[in-house]
Amino acid sequence: MEPVKLVYPVEGGDFIEAGEASSKMKMTLKKLGLPSDVIRKAAICMYEGEINMVIHANGGRAEVEVTLDQIVLKMIDEGPGIPDVAKAMEEGYSTAGPEVRSLGFGAGMGLPNMKRYSDEMNIETEVGKGTVVTMKLKIG
Amino acid sequence: MKHSVVLDRNRCRGCTTCIKNCPTEAIRVRRGKALILSDRCIDCGRCIQVCPHRAIKSVSDNLERLRDYRYCVAIPEPALYGQFQHMWDIDLVLNGLKKIGFHKVFEAAKAAELLAEYTSRRGTEEKSPVPLISANCPTILRLIRIRFPRLIEHIDPLILPMELAATLARREAEKETGLPPEEIGVFAIVPCPAKATACHRPEGLESPVLDGAFAIRDIYIPLLRAMELLEEPEPMLSAGATGIGVAICSGECHARGSNKYLAVDGIENSIQMLEEIEDGRQPEVEFIELSACTQGCVGGCLTVENPYAARMRIRRMMKQQPVDRCVQPLSQEEEKDLQFSRILQYSPAFRLDEDRAEAMAKHLRIEALESRLPGLHCGSCGAPNCHAFAEDVVLGRASLDDCIFRVRERMRDVAGPGGTDVYLPPPFRQKKAETE
Repeated sequence: MEPVKLVYPVEGGDFIEAGEASSKMKMTLKKLGLPSDVIRKAAICMYEGEINMVIHANGGRAEVEVTLDQIVLKMIDEGPGIPDVAKAMEEGYSTAGPEVRSLGFGAGMGLPNMKRYSDEMNIETEVGKGTVVTMKLKIG
Repeated sequence: MKHSVVLDRNRCRGCTTCIKNCPTEAIRVRRGKALILSDRCIDCGRCIQVCPHRAIKSVSDNLERLRDYRYCVAIPEPALYGQFQHMWDIDLVLNGLKKIGFHKVFEAAKAAELLAEYTSRRGTEEKSPVPLISANCPTILRLIRIRFPRLIEHIDPLILPMELAATLARREAEKETGLPPEEIGVFAIVPCPAKATACHRPEGLESPVLDGAFAIRDIYIPLLRAMELLEEPEPMLSAGATGIGVAICSGECHARGSNKYLAVDGIENSIQMLEEIEDGRQPEVEFIELSACTQGCVGGCLTVENPYAARMRIRRMMKQQPVDRCVQPLSQEEEKDLQFSRILQYSPAFRLDEDRAEAMAKHLRIEALESRLPGLHCGSCGAPNCHAFAEDVVLGRASLDDCIFRVRERMRDVAGPGGTDVYLPPPFRQKKAETE
């Protein structure tokens, strides 16, 4: 069975457009007939990932691979990388600046939420090179 | 599924205006005429508003139907009150209704106050989802049912004010007249096709409680004439500002009396809000009211007045009235009537196939096909955009040869060399034309 692959570019610095990849992905997942609770989880993971890339990495791209038993979401950027992953995973910890916070983002819930709503999450990061966050969601 | 939105085949010229504006991509053009895909139509009325030939219309009942019953009750939606220029006296409207064939009037606005009294007494239940979504716009309910299944559980399952009004009015009429229920006709006077559909096919009720619906637009002239002839109107108004206010966007929020609410109007804005709630981006509110029409029900496409003018009048009328006239709250028995009698079901109108593997295979074929299409979204094939066309081809609703570019490509082979500019339409030509 050939997987369904979706790719969405995410523009850096564009808060207004963040959420677009999530909307598009959701529509496709609904067309594929995936269970709605899985779609919701994937949407939350995708939206948080989009926002992260907008805030911290000047954009990037989101790749989605759907097979019969799982969805794999990859958020790929060439941003500054995460120096301390354990710290970044703490709820409430964020390196977002005051400007971003004034817009209601940067509450330090992005990565924790992505972990909470996915079944498996893996972060590959290198300071100065970029980050790839891979999330797997099982389709029950 | 029976809809109120239908096509007038004689007027339709087969242009592509409606297919481009439909928020659920529910229209195609076939054999020179628009074709509405019934499972996707949410009765929002966008096509009615944009059609340059006025070929899409809403079927509501004919006033002749009043003759089918010995006793007729009108359930006017409060949006009706804002339709008349220089008219601030709602009693004129209510008395006018009694002159055009109705024996009794029961205001939907009064029922809205009874509903509001119930919801404020009920308060916020611990187990209720956040945010709670209003069930007052049937188009929004259908939209959620076909596109946002996850949000079905957020809907506050209370019937429409006009439905509560119909149930109460029929009971009153039976008592007052001694007639059997089938000889009493209860008709709503509605601002939009969604509510016209809801009279025959309610979203939240097992069986209809209304016998039919008249469009505000259709009764406007006879009603206006009757109103002009009134000599001494009797006081009939039974609702206050709260009930009258549900005609406009945020009216229901005010009726519920909560501070943590949010009101959205317009179908595109509503879709965006539902997308955000689905993504977990919940605004910091407990209750959300969504109206498919601009400014709320006063913006319905079966009204007469400009939505903003109607809203201005409704607001001014509200200032003249007490907060509410809800004298007697509903009894516990009557409160049961408020609840949905059936559970809203997901209706997967966008799903490519029931079988997930087959749906994935179809998706791959659609993507492959779409990459070979021009992406101009010209609509010549009768679909709203190239993606929808590719979907139609894979689902067997269209043939690849329906794409005019494919045909042109073949013509080029016949015409011989001369580059792509020979056969491509202006948006795709590379060479600058002399006229530019």
